[in-house]
Parts: sequence; structure tokens; C-alpha cells
Amino acid sequence: MAERRLTVALEQDGPIPLAVAFDCAPGAVLGIFGPSGSGKTTILRSIAGLYAPRTASIAIGGEVWVDTASGRFVPPHRRPVGMVFQEYALFPHMTALGNVMTAIGVRPRGERRERAEHLLERVHLAGRRHRRPAELSGGERQRVALARALAREPAVLLLDEPFSAVDRAVRRRLQDEIDDLRRSFDVPLVLVTHDFDDIIRLASHLLVLEHGRAVASGPLGDLTSRPDSGWLGEAVGPGAVLEAVVARVDRAGGLADLAFEGGTLVSGDTGLSKGMPVRVRVPARDVVLAGREPSNVSLHNVLAATVVALAPEPVRGHVIVQLAVGRERLLAEVTRDAIARLHIEPGRDLFALVKSVSLEVLPLRTRLT
Amino acid sequence: MEWQALSVSLWLGAGTLAVLLPPGIALGHLLAVRTFPGKSLVEALVAVPLVLPPTVLGYYLLTSFGARSPLGAAFDHLLGQTLAFSFPGLLAASAIANLPFVVQPIQRGFEAVPPDVREAAACCGLDPWRRFLRIDLPLAWPGIVTAAILAFAHTLGEFGVVLMVGGNIPGETRTLSIAIYDRVQAFDDRGAGQMAAVLLVLAVAALALVTVLGRRVGRRRG
Repeated sequence: MAERRLTVALEQDGPIPLAVAFDCAPGAVLGIFGPSGSGKTTILRSIAGLYAPRTASIAIGGEVWVDTASGRFVPPHRRPVGMVFQEYALFPHMTALGNVMTAIGVRPRGERRERAEHLLERVHLAGRRHRRPAELSGGERQRVALARALAREPAVLLLDEPFSAVDRAVRRRLQDEIDDLRRSFDVPLVLVTHDFDDIIRLASHLLVLEHGRAVASGPLGDLTSRPDSGWLGEAVGPGAVLEAVVARVDRAGGLADLAFEGGTLVSGDTGLSKGMPVRVRVPARDVVLAGREPSNVSLHNVLAATVVALAPEPVRGHVIVQLAVGRERLLAEVTRDAIARLHIEPGRDLFALVKSVSLEVLPLRTRLT
Repeated sequence: MEWQALSVSLWLGAGTLAVLLPPGIALGHLLAVRTFPGKSLVEALVAVPLVLPPTVLGYYLLTSFGARSPLGAAFDHLLGQTLAFSFPGLLAASAIANLPFVVQPIQRGFEAVPPDVREAAACCGLDPWRRFLRIDLPLAWPGIVTAAILAFAHTLGEFGVVLMVGGNIPGETRTLSIAIYDRVQAFDDRGAGQMAAVLLVLAVAALALVTVLGRRVGRRRG
């Protein structure tokens, strides 16, 4: 059996303009990011078969779900898709268990029940299985929706703004849970969100959508460290996302050392523990460039860097400097005046200075296996 | 108390439901979930018996049921019986007069099912028929029961259409509401009062049942 890779190409002028082509490998998480109305949900609905764009080809492995050229369209109930809807869309007249059992398909009742109970255990809802959706909290409903989406043994998982209706603490736990499930169900996962936090926490790949058009796509690390990242929008702003591991925690000093491919970053986040894998976003606006290594300063991160490329920053008229730090790339946003004064040009060796408290550190769930 | 008239009324009510509910559910579902050209026209036609004076409706039905009309002639040919002034004719007329009372609550019931719930059912692998049986029907159930109660109660009370199409044949087309009218004409206030009380009790019971069901739906959506 060929690798069950999801390939999607959609195109139409209206009523919802679309022009995207992407693929997603099993185990990968494609984050589709964009403002509301950019067509994110329409893409998911097209994959699920709930929407038929004028021109489309959607396939998983060798199985073609949609091919408008040949007129092939597999109806939604024959596509093994696990979809979590934005408002969860649970069946209000069924219990949590009933919701999950309904999605299991044609099997003996006892077997369906056993499997549904197992899935509810997986999402830590075993004790709530006889409750109806109206008697569950937002986070619990979301987990029922997740268990129901997994019940079909889907070939692809689709999550539509899965955290929009829950508060921040619940959101963290759900992100962890999805990350866990992603590891054990080796299928492509497509996540639609307008919150970049979800992307940093879960996505391995990113597709940025604007008016139905992909303005940028690629692996998350590569994409966020590109100097021309105006597509991230004003709300997020440019900033490289790095993978790191917590090497040391100094609770007394209020610091944590994060080892990454280019060296060590010091963070002011002490809610971390040693050995924890993390993703670190380094906002470009918080990176200072210096021609010489400074001394006697309060900041902890002084990284030797080489300028790789420059690109204009369209919103404020500044310049984005792409820096090589070891094998990683960082971004710094500086004024044109600073470019002239420091003679910043590709190949120049500099020091990148980052305050420890400026780093946005997002822990990834550790799995001791 | 005319037991025969009460029996005709009750049979007419039950028969109307049996004839009208299956197509009413199908039509209500269609109007709730699909958009198609001419949908507004269909909805308007369904609502016509609500606004038309019963005697006008009865007149048109009587004309189309008559032995000289194609429908009446076909019925006569097949069953050797006239459609007008017979129980089957009365049943057909009652079904048409009750169309809005059945279709509209059912349509509202199906419309209240959130579209994403229906879509989620498709994504759970349920084919259209199983989606209808396991999602749509149970969620719209209170609307269907409401429709049945309203149509039954309305059938018991229908006067104009029944008189026009059925005439007043004891044991065949003489319903309770017509019997009441006859008793009043004959100055039998006692008999009319008894039968009116029966209809009053039935009507109040029907409305109470509709209200209880409505509250149950509200609780479920809580």
C-alpha cells in the first residue's frame, strides 16, 4: 500500500474564491492559517465532501475522492474522514457514548460499544460517557467530538478551529491531547485556525491563506524564518520559530536554558522542566543587532550571527534581517537607519541580542517512550 | 350524545393522520433541507388551506370529486362508489385541508436541526437514509407529534369542508361538529352542549400536549 498522503488542489473564482494546492503526509500536521473569511473552512469542507468547488482534485494515497476533470465525486459518508467541527456538532439526542458509537459503522453492537468506550477513555471522558452534550462542558464536548472523529479509523483528520470555544487553560490541555493522538494515529492532520498559537504548538507545516489563495506554504521552521514574512499579518508579526529542548532550569534565578541547533537560548519562563521539548518563537521586533559583543548588560541572549538576507518590512517601512545562528535562522526587525549605521549586508558578522523575557516558549508534550 | 357521529369524527381524525403523515414528513423534510426552484410556490400552496374560507375549499374539492370530474369518474370506475358524499371523499378532503397543519410544524422541526449536525452525521459515515432515521427524525420528533396533534384536533372541529364535501350522511359523513350544528338547529341545547363539551376537552388536551412537547424540546437544546 502506498503512503496514505493527502493531496489537494482546489480552484474556483466564486462565490468563495479558492486557489490552493497542497499535500500532507501521514503524521504531519498542516496548519492552515488565515483571517476569517479567507476560505479556510471551505478547504476542510471540500476535503470532507461537504462542499464541491468548481475545479478540484482530492486524493488520499491512490484513492481519488474528487476529480472534477473526470466527474468523480465520492459522497461524504463514503470518505473515511474524521472531522471536528468548530461548534463540535455533536448529536444532541445521544449520550457521549452514543455519539461515538454512531460513527463506528457497521459492526456488532457489543464491539461498537467496547471500541467507543475505549476511545472515550483515550480522551479521558470514560466517567462522562452517559451524559448528553448539553450536560458537558465546552472542553468535554470538544473531546467527545475528537473521539467521534477517530471512531471511523479515519484516513485523514480535519480540525476546524478546534479551540475557538474554550478558554486558554482548557486549550492547552486539548492541544496536548491532540498532539498525543496525532502520534498514535499515523494519518495526515489538517488544522484550520486563526490563532498562531495553535500553529506553533501543533503544526509541522504551514499554509497561509488570504482570499482563498496560498500566500506562503512550507515546513513551519523554514517559513517563519523567511525574511519576507509580511503574509503573517500585523497581528502575529514576523518571528522565527525554533525547536529546542530544555537543558537546565534555574528556579532561583528565574531562568531556563533552551538548547537549539544554533546554541543556547535563555528564557525567563520557569514553568518548564528539564528535557522538555519546546518550540520557541523569537519575535523579530525584540531582536537587537550589535556590531560588537556587548558587556555588562541585563540581557542573557547574545548570539553570534551572520547576516543572510535583507527584506523590506512593508507595514512600518523597516527592514527584516535574516540571520544565521549556527544551523538555525532568526529574524530581526530594524530601522533603515540602523542598517546604514551598522553597515548591515549579507555576509556581515554581528551579534543578535534577545531579552530572555521576549522569547515565547511553548512546551510540546513529552512522551517517555 | 351521538356516538355514531363521534365515531365518524375519530375515524376521520385517525385516517387523516395515516394518510397525511408519511407524505407530510417527506415534504416537510424536503422543504427544510433543500433549496430548489419553485420552493416558495410549494410553500404557498401548502399554506393555502390556512387562509381560504373552508366553504371555498370545500366547493373546489366537491367540484373536483364530482362524478363528472376526471378524479371523481376514475374513483367511481375503480371502486364503484362516488367520491363526493362518501367517507373516502371526506378523508381526501380532510387530508388536503390539514396539509398546512401537518407540513408546517414538521418543516419547522427539521429546520431546527442544526445543519452542521447533519453534516457531522455524514462525516461519521451515515448514508442519507440512516442520517434521516437516526439524526433528523429523532431531533424533529416533537415537531412531528405536534403536527399530528394539531391535525387530529383540527379534523375533529372541521365544519365547512365536511359539510360541503361530505354532506350529512349518518354513519358515513356526519361528524360530531355537524351533529352539534343539527342539534342547535333542532333546539336541543342539552345534546349540543354535551357534544360541544367533548370537543372542548379534546381540544384543550391536545393543546396541553403540544405545550408539554414544546417544553421538552427546549430542555433538550438547553
